[in-house]
Amino acid sequence: MEENKRLVKVPTMAQMAANGEEPEVLFWVGCAGAFDDRYKRVTRAFVQILEHVGVKYAVLGTEESCTGDPAKRAGNEFLFQMQALTNIEVLNAYNVKKIVTACPHCFNTIKNEYPDLGGNYEVIHHSTFLQQLINEGRVKVQGGEAFKGKRITFHDSCYLGRANDIYEAPREVLAALDADLVEMKRSRANGLCCGAGGAQMFKEPEPGTKDINIERTEEALAILGAGNGVIATACPFCMVMMNDGVKNKEQEESVKVFDIAELIAQAEGLTK
Amino acid sequence: MIGIENIIFLIVAAIGIGLFVWQISKIRKNVLLGRDVDLADNPSERINKTLLVAFGQQKMFKRMLPAVLHLFVYVGFIVINIEVLEILIDGIFGTHRVLGFVGPLYSGLMALNEILAALVIIACVMFLWRRNVTKVPRLATGVEMRAWPKMDANFILITEIVLMLALFVFNIADMKRVQLAGEEVVGAYPISSMFVNVFGDNPEQLYIIAKVGWWFHILGILAFMNYLPSSKHFHIIMAFPNVYYSKLLPKGKFTTNPAITHEIKAMLDPSYQPPAPEVDAEGNPVLQRFGAKDVEDLTWKQLMDSYTCTECGRCTSVCPANITGKLLSPRKIVMDTRDRMEEKGEHPAIFRPNHYKALGEERVETTDEKTLLRGYITPEELWACTSCNACVESCPVNIDQLSTIMDLRRYLVLEESAAPASINAMFTNIENNGAPWAFPASDRFNWADELYVPSKN
Repeated sequence: MEENKRLVKVPTMAQMAANGEEPEVLFWVGCAGAFDDRYKRVTRAFVQILEHVGVKYAVLGTEESCTGDPAKRAGNEFLFQMQALTNIEVLNAYNVKKIVTACPHCFNTIKNEYPDLGGNYEVIHHSTFLQQLINEGRVKVQGGEAFKGKRITFHDSCYLGRANDIYEAPREVLAALDADLVEMKRSRANGLCCGAGGAQMFKEPEPGTKDINIERTEEALAILGAGNGVIATACPFCMVMMNDGVKNKEQEESVKVFDIAELIAQAEGLTK
Repeated sequence: MIGIENIIFLIVAAIGIGLFVWQISKIRKNVLLGRDVDLADNPSERINKTLLVAFGQQKMFKRMLPAVLHLFVYVGFIVINIEVLEILIDGIFGTHRVLGFVGPLYSGLMALNEILAALVIIACVMFLWRRNVTKVPRLATGVEMRAWPKMDANFILITEIVLMLALFVFNIADMKRVQLAGEEVVGAYPISSMFVNVFGDNPEQLYIIAKVGWWFHILGILAFMNYLPSSKHFHIIMAFPNVYYSKLLPKGKFTTNPAITHEIKAMLDPSYQPPAPEVDAEGNPVLQRFGAKDVEDLTWKQLMDSYTCTECGRCTSVCPANITGKLLSPRKIVMDTRDRMEEKGEHPAIFRPNHYKALGEERVETTDEKTLLRGYITPEELWACTSCNACVESCPVNIDQLSTIMDLRRYLVLEESAAPASINAMFTNIENNGAPWAFPASDRFNWADELYVPSKN
């Protein structure tokens, strides 16, 4: 029903500044969220939630640049600091106070590593942000019963979990759905990496007996069992790796990989 | 009464303790090879962590069976040390069970001691079983588990069993002798009571057996103490300072090199005045490598890590790279650091580098370079790391394997530009497009095109 939709004009920091306004929160999209076709859908789902709830947000648009995370994890401290110092200059120029991002790598880098270089912001991951919206009743997840009986397992991102001790927020978001939440054998602090961290996303794995994402996917499939299931992620790299794993196991018909923001947007009826 | 025996004991004990102090000073020197890092902040948080993780064994309990067995040995070690103190006093002053004056408390302590000693024996036998019979993979396999580490582990366990048996021999013979003499037995010995007659009832023979048991126990302890610095068993000492000085920051926060910050700031702003470079005693600027090529490029904490490692292999068993057959083993990184440090710096009483090097199947193709990087740890191992922190999380004594891996990687990239080609391509993309992929920066906002939400009314 076309008439029930409205076109979203995503506000940028530049526009806000021109109007003498400041947003409540800056949404840091990240490179995967901006360029990766699959993860762009997560970015759009998250913006739909922000729009639906009426959060006063803005993005940097083309002024955003890589946080430098993959350079840093690959050992290129020089390139990392180049990126960080440039980004900090932009963020400080806009007087940014609060940042939300759907990427645990961006989250970790801005939150933990930018302060040493002069970038001090309140940084929250979208799992915590969504949890807050649900707790405040701003997102009601009325369509949650559509998930009734569906098995969902959450795959912990290393840079959200072990790196920053965020284990419960994404699980509480998923708990708002009327689904059957199941845990993999290795979860939370013992979660197994998807294989993409530490700049592995951008290179072939070293010689071994198996790919890490296959090992992890097998674990997820074992707990999801037969029939329809969802592997929930909260990280663009994990999403790529788990998707590839599911395809490798030829289970893409029955097992879907979704970001937690997509599941909430679906349950809110925002993605129709 | 002080006799010749007490004087001999005093001399032996002094030699044993002196040798131990000398070895500790060598280790201290080795650790101080490392770069300085200030870890004196937040003492109260550090003390809490030490109480929980080191004294409380918190992280051991991720695996119940070894945790419980290890707890027996750990508590046994601490409590039995009280009896060792008594042994020292008795040995020097020729007294007999000098702490006996505390009465029921002493009985309770001795009884607890005996029960713990028995539990230590049971635990050590089970540990030997796990290593040599059921061959628990993390203990029995891995390229770094060569002849020496395996022998070391078995030697420790057998020594502990023998020391406990010597304690029982002394207690049994001493108790029987005292009983035969019609005197009152000081203390309670529930286990020894069960075997009180095994050594017969000849008072002189019993006296000699008790003496032999006593001497064997105390000499064994002194010898074992001096074995520690050469062994993985050194963790019984290093666990405490290592946990105290462990990272308090989020695990995802990697170190930032301020020298690079100054360089970039000077590049971006010609008027920026970087601070004067550090100078050595002769006034020459100190050139610091970016990243780590050898042990002196690591911090003293990273070097301390390697003296704390007891080679349990929990880190390697949870490493996603290792699980999937890659060469990387976090335990090997830590063990290599110690081996290289002892090759380059001081080494303890027992040091046989040929025991560490290639024995049997060897997949790690090291070079003859006399450095930690390549001489011990290869780039293939370093590039397999996903920086997932599973190793760091799993370590019961808070070793930071990842920080060492990252510093070695930094050297490869910053000093040698020796990253894999696809990683270099990713760097170029970030430099040119501000993204790790080859997309034009001008397309960065295209995701927002044609985006709709349902109207509220």
